[in-house]
This record gives sequence, C-alpha cells and structure tokens, in this order.
Amino acid sequence: MNQLSFVYVIYIASTPEKVWEALTNENLTAEYWAHKNVSDWKTGSKWEHRRAKDFSKIDGAGEIIESVPPKKLVISWAEGGNVEKKSRVSFEIEPVFDTVRLTVTHEELDSATLRGITQGWPAVLSSLKTFLESGHGLDLIRRWTEER
Amino acid sequence: MHIIGGVDGVFKALADPHRRCLLDRLYKRNGQTLGDLCAGVDITRQAVTKHLKVLQDANLVVAIWRGREKLHYLNPVPIHQVYQRWIGKYESNRLAMLVQLKNTLEEKKK
Repeated sequence: MNQLSFVYVIYIASTPEKVWEALTNENLTAEYWAHKNVSDWKTGSKWEHRRAKDFSKIDGAGEIIESVPPKKLVISWAEGGNVEKKSRVSFEIEPVFDTVRLTVTHEELDSATLRGITQGWPAVLSSLKTFLESGHGLDLIRRWTEER
Repeated sequence: MHIIGGVDGVFKALADPHRRCLLDRLYKRNGQTLGDLCAGVDITRQAVTKHLKVLQDANLVVAIWRGREKLHYLNPVPIHQVYQRWIGKYESNRLAMLVQLKNTLEEKKK
C-alpha cells in the first residue's frame, strides 16, 4: 500500500446482502450517492459512475478487479473517466454481531484526486448508512452533485 | 452492541491531548506503524498503545496489516457523523468561509 492511501470504516445496522445490494444496484446508489453505479459487477467488467439526474454525465469509470458477493468488491476508479488517473477502491463487508462493518480502502491515488476523495468518502458512507438504516440518503450528496 | 462508533466513544477519545496529537500526526501522514507513532513523542510505547486502543474502539483509527507491518489510518467517518448531526444543511458553506477567514488572518499575524 503506498502512502497516498485512505481507509474508511463505518458500522451499519444492516446485513451484508443489503450492503452489497446498496453498493451495486444503480437505483439504490442513485438514492444515497446521487449517481447510478452501472455495471454487471462481474470480474473484468466495466463500471460507470453516472449522475442520477443527468445520466449522460460520467463522473467516474473503471473496471471490476474482484467481485465476491456479498463480501468483497474491488474496482478501479478513474475520476471523470480519465484513464490516466486510475486509482483502486476496495469495499470489504463483514458481519459483526447484528451490524455490518464496511471498510473502504482507496489506494494508488495521485495527490490531485486526493483532495476531492478525502472530502467525499465520509459523506458518501454516512449517506449510505442513513439510507440503509432509515430508507433515505443524505440531502447533502444530492446538493454537492448539483453544485459541481 | 453499538459501543463501536458510538458518539460517547468519539468524544471520550477526542478529550485527551495525546490522542488528538496522534490523530494530527496520522492526518499529516496516514498509514503509520506503532514504531513511527512512538518516535518523537514524550510518552512511553505502552501509553501510545493504550491511546491507540481507545482511538480504535471509537473507530477513529483503523489498523490494517500489510505483510508484516501493522499500519494505522485515521478514519474521519465518525467525526463526519458528529459534524452532520449538528451542522445544518445550509450552514456548511458559511462556516467554511469563517474558518478560512480565521486561518487567513492568523496566518498574516505570524
């Protein structure tokens, strides 16, 4: 792991299957991330991070590096679809008693992408948690996306 | 079983200056070993281990094994949750502006 790596951990009162579904179902990501994450989520497939309100705008894209539902998903992430700036994101889903521990690791980042990322993930994960626990995502993500 | 990541744990962990200092150091350089974190501090290795445990219980620090090294990472998610609880939907931009103003003015004084 190089120095420009980030690790985020959040505990969610849910099941691994629901967390997996929330990460990979484009209609659900639209609810809490303001983006549709579009893919068949099979190893080697492509994925796209498209704005829910303006489907033609692609804010990120990459490939599925590893896919083990409902435990582990590793994807490459090219910000804005720019393949030159590719980083790697891993989602690890583990049950802990009656909750789920979701660990998101973002590695191989360049320092330019870094700033946006460090501000972005805590908000996205908080929104995911709120969405799974209450049925609604955070309004803040939608507003950020619209102001971009 | 909601002790981990609970708001009490976060405030308890942040209440100690040594623990805040450890977070500051991880903020500057993320992913450090226990040895890295012990270097240049005036407390014992045991004390650093104890503080790290409290930070980990509060989910503010995450330890990950990479080969034979155990690296510690700052996890800002619980702080974001605390922030989100009391900062209103429309206040964040204005507050960011005030913090920016304070930093700029204090920087000039130096």
